[in-house]
Amino acid sequence: MIALNDVSKTFNPGKANAINALGSVNLQIAEGEYVIIVGANGSGKSTLLNVISGSILPNEGSVIIDSNDVTKLPEHQRSKWIARIFQNPLLGTAADLSIIDNFRLAALRTQTKSLTIGKTTEFKNKVRDRIANLNMGLENKLEQPIGTLSGGQRQALTLLMSVMDNCKILLLDEPTAALDPRSATNILRIADDIIKQFKLTAVMVTHNLKDAVNYGSRIIQMDEGNILKDITGIEKSTLKQTDVFEWFG
Amino acid sequence: MEFYLTAILQGFCFAGIAFGIYISMKIFNIPDITTDGSYTLGGAVTGVMLTHHQPGYLIFLSVLLAGAVAGALTGLIHTKLKINALLAGILVMTALYSVNLTILGRSNVPLLNVSNLFSILSSTQDSVSKSLLIVIVFIVMIMLIIGYILKTDFGIAMRATGNSEPMIRALGVNTDRMKIIGLAMANALTALSGYLMAQQQGYADINMGIGSVIIGLGSVIIAETIINWLQITSVWLNLLLVLAGAIVFQLVLAFTLSIGVDANLLKLVIALFVLIIVGIPRLIRREI
Repeated sequence: MIALNDVSKTFNPGKANAINALGSVNLQIAEGEYVIIVGANGSGKSTLLNVISGSILPNEGSVIIDSNDVTKLPEHQRSKWIARIFQNPLLGTAADLSIIDNFRLAALRTQTKSLTIGKTTEFKNKVRDRIANLNMGLENKLEQPIGTLSGGQRQALTLLMSVMDNCKILLLDEPTAALDPRSATNILRIADDIIKQFKLTAVMVTHNLKDAVNYGSRIIQMDEGNILKDITGIEKSTLKQTDVFEWFG
Repeated sequence: MEFYLTAILQGFCFAGIAFGIYISMKIFNIPDITTDGSYTLGGAVTGVMLTHHQPGYLIFLSVLLAGAVAGALTGLIHTKLKINALLAGILVMTALYSVNLTILGRSNVPLLNVSNLFSILSSTQDSVSKSLLIVIVFIVMIMLIIGYILKTDFGIAMRATGNSEPMIRALGVNTDRMKIIGLAMANALTALSGYLMAQQQGYADINMGIGSVIIGLGSVIIAETIINWLQITSVWLNLLLVLAGAIVFQLVLAFTLSIGVDANLLKLVIALFVLIIVGIPRLIRREI
């Protein structure tokens, strides 16, 4: 589903403050895999995620998504495959717009936003049903500006928004870093449900080693722009938190 | 009474600028001051085409197009060359001064003896209320069009662009293109104000645009104060309040003149008035 071939990225090349964020990374992610990426700050895990999403273009190498070479494609053109969840819950939604407007946009992620009114009663009912499944009591607040909700509520809605339209890949960039522990658990559970229900290929960057062990079908450790460890299958499912903790020892 | 009716009439004429600033500042979060230039551009195109006896619909479309091109230029400079929006606006505004002067041919073109938009109704009615009727119909139609656009899927994407760029890019929207279209729309509306004003005043003048950006800004800020206070999300109410803001702004100016303030001090009064409506909500909030 996703392939990175010899991808490297250097910020400010040739200058004194040059940073080698990714050094020749090769990575193949199969359809339906849920990959967790861990690593210290500056290890290149966020850059890796951004190279997949297209918000950062690599200096060298190629990026393949669903058998298409997307190396040169800007972010908004990759959105037909990819939905993103940001670390900052405020970034994933448009604060001043109502819940229903946000969902309308999400439902059009892979389509053109035309000059017709798409917020029909039918659409509103569909959104109301989906939001009701979150059990957060938000289904009756569709016209409320999404900015009036809590970070946890907004992140939950963002997850739901990602599958409003055809979606193959879900990228999660520390989705729970700005949330309290209870909301965080809730969000990861919702994410897990959605990934399974819609058979998504997912990549999550996290600093939380407990989450890294509990979720995902594969775990990758990044260090100084390279992949240090790559564990999958039965080995991943039997991995213990203490094992991962030792990687950082 | 007629004095205040004229103020209301002017308020409707300036509604175009107010809608334009509402789009650029409130929706896109871009401080666009191409306004001063594109307003005069609208007036200049109207003046020259009227004196050359062009058909009304052609003048209207040309004004929209001219304003849109000016706005799109600011947008292109801002997004493609990554130049600060304020500077991009100043550049285009400065260049427009020469363009406007070239279009007009001289600094002032009188339009008193040519028939225009305000000649539609019979001349038996008294002129101010007749003009008012025409402008109200005109502005309401414009408002319906903007309101409809903002409610469409495209409009939702527009409104989200100024809110969260990372989100809207991830949702497959080219934000650069969106900003260029938005600024084109904003300045087309501003040019429309110049179109109405030139016909209402009976002349197009190279200096008519000086300070027009502050008129739009003042109108939007009056509206915004109420929008924030009552937490209004409806697109229609928003637009209606912006229109009301433009009218209130002109009424306040008319009132200031009527109590005998020197007309030379008018711009000072405008600046102080905008300062007050911007400042007071902030002062009140601090006390809480």
